[in-house]
Amino acid sequence: MTTTIEPAVTVTPKRTTSTVNRRSPVGRFITYLLLLVFLLIVLMPAYVLIVTSFKSGREIGVNGQWSLPSEWTFASWNKAWTALGPSFFRTFELAIPVAVISSILGAANGFVLSRWRFPGADIVFTLILFGMFIPYQAVMIPLRQIVQEIGLPPGISTLVFVHCVYGIPICTLIFRNYYATTVPIEIIEASRVDGAGLLRTFWSVILPVSAPGFVVTVIWQFTSAWNDYLFAIFMSNTRNGPITIALNALAGAQSPDYAASMAGALIASLPTLVVYIVLGRWFIGGLMAGSVKS
Amino acid sequence: MSKLRRWGPGLLLLSPSLVVLAIFVYGLIIWTTKLSLSGKHSAIDESKFVGLKNFTDLFTNDINDRFVHSLKNLLIFTVVFMVGTLILGLFWAFLLERGVRAEGIFRSIYLFPMAISFVASGVVWRWLMNSGTGDQAGGINAIFGKLHLGFLESTWWTHPKWGMAAMAMPAIWQLSGYVMALFLAGFRGIPAELREAALVDGASTFQLYRRVLFPQLTPTALSVMIILGHMSMKMFDLIMSVSGAQWITEVPAVYVWQTLLTSDYAKAAAISIVLLLLVAIVIVPYLIYNNRVERSQ
Repeated sequence: MTTTIEPAVTVTPKRTTSTVNRRSPVGRFITYLLLLVFLLIVLMPAYVLIVTSFKSGREIGVNGQWSLPSEWTFASWNKAWTALGPSFFRTFELAIPVAVISSILGAANGFVLSRWRFPGADIVFTLILFGMFIPYQAVMIPLRQIVQEIGLPPGISTLVFVHCVYGIPICTLIFRNYYATTVPIEIIEASRVDGAGLLRTFWSVILPVSAPGFVVTVIWQFTSAWNDYLFAIFMSNTRNGPITIALNALAGAQSPDYAASMAGALIASLPTLVVYIVLGRWFIGGLMAGSVKS
Repeated sequence: MSKLRRWGPGLLLLSPSLVVLAIFVYGLIIWTTKLSLSGKHSAIDESKFVGLKNFTDLFTNDINDRFVHSLKNLLIFTVVFMVGTLILGLFWAFLLERGVRAEGIFRSIYLFPMAISFVASGVVWRWLMNSGTGDQAGGINAIFGKLHLGFLESTWWTHPKWGMAAMAMPAIWQLSGYVMALFLAGFRGIPAELREAALVDGASTFQLYRRVLFPQLTPTALSVMIILGHMSMKMFDLIMSVSGAQWITEVPAVYVWQTLLTSDYAKAAAISIVLLLLVAIVIVPYLIYNNRVERSQ
């Protein structure tokens, strides 16, 4: 078994041979039947979200919960947008800088730890990696104090900072594995023999082939900053926080307006879903990268 | 000197990240640990050293055994979440692995819940897991009622004993596709010759999987368990979104939040450190093992 952590960008390989695919018609039928049943189960919450968000307040009773709206209305979408609109744009101001900064840091670190190594690089890498697994509660109390003392006000700027800091391990991991599997060490040696230093090698040899790695870390960090609730609840509020805070305020009431909550949940999920649909192929690659495989 | 020239620039490029992580991961963990050993139970208390008192209090002197209760909840949640996600993910990968038409569509749809935040999925799962039964049935219970499967109706997460098992359902929904993708990559990474050799040797399909393919997936399964396990220990968003902070579904991560609302810093720090230790017990050996095998190559 290799213990190299999974290559960062694996496009899921095509199935190997068709020789394996020799099932009886019955077997094939059962396979498809099961796949479809699971498909329906997985899509069920999505159906509920969409259908309920278009119902009018009167229709959200106990009867006909699962049926289509008798009259489709955008009222709940309007209400949800009024509640979430400002934080929706704020969350872009959070997720985009986080994605960019984390990726640059990850590329630099990953390059050094895979292709410009120094004695003890593996131990340093392991120490970095540990930061990925810690429950953030274990740093949260002093963290809140420290960012205040640095002078960061609660809200987006603070959250950009903390997401960049705690995104270093995963981005370093992704780029380290990516470079370790795609950039031959000989190229680096050749560049060194030619007298190129670290930055020059990084700039003209490494960066030009880094696009797939960047796609992965950008998607990864964008999604995790967008979806984060833990840091947000500790370091922002409904007036200056990201969309998860606003959504929780909208949906978390004792007797929530389900139609508006569900419209809100859809609004809050839209950007990550679009990213996922557009870049899904690389996203899957990114998921592989998240696995420290031994 | 020449060695320094060789390594120096790399270290220099790495150093900003190292400094930041040294402070914000290791430094703050030490800070929290110190806090957990102190008597700072309110904003104005001084933090004087009290030894392990906060920890022993958690286990032996907590009102209604609240902390032990939250650990039990976490245990139920973790077991159901991990087993459910592993089984579903492996089964989906198994179904897709031998090649089906429209594999990409199945894969994408199974995976899409992962793109959604726990807060958003909590909204719909709270609705689905409506605890009303009989005439008051809503959500999934209403479907059971319609299908004349009334005996399946459940009070879901409001069940005093097994509620946390229901709480794991949304998490299973969100992460099974992820596990499927990992196992699918695992299957596809097995050399085709292995299968062919087994088939030439006359292995049945069952034997092929049992003796050849599944053993090859052990490393994937290990990483999946590590990832799911540490996610489960940290579970906070989902529970806050489905039930809010409530006794019945409280886990340590939520307990920390609740304790901080009362400004009991020392106690909140102690809970956090227990949580950290629970994760570290699993992660540290794994990282060391990983590091060693890597170096032996």
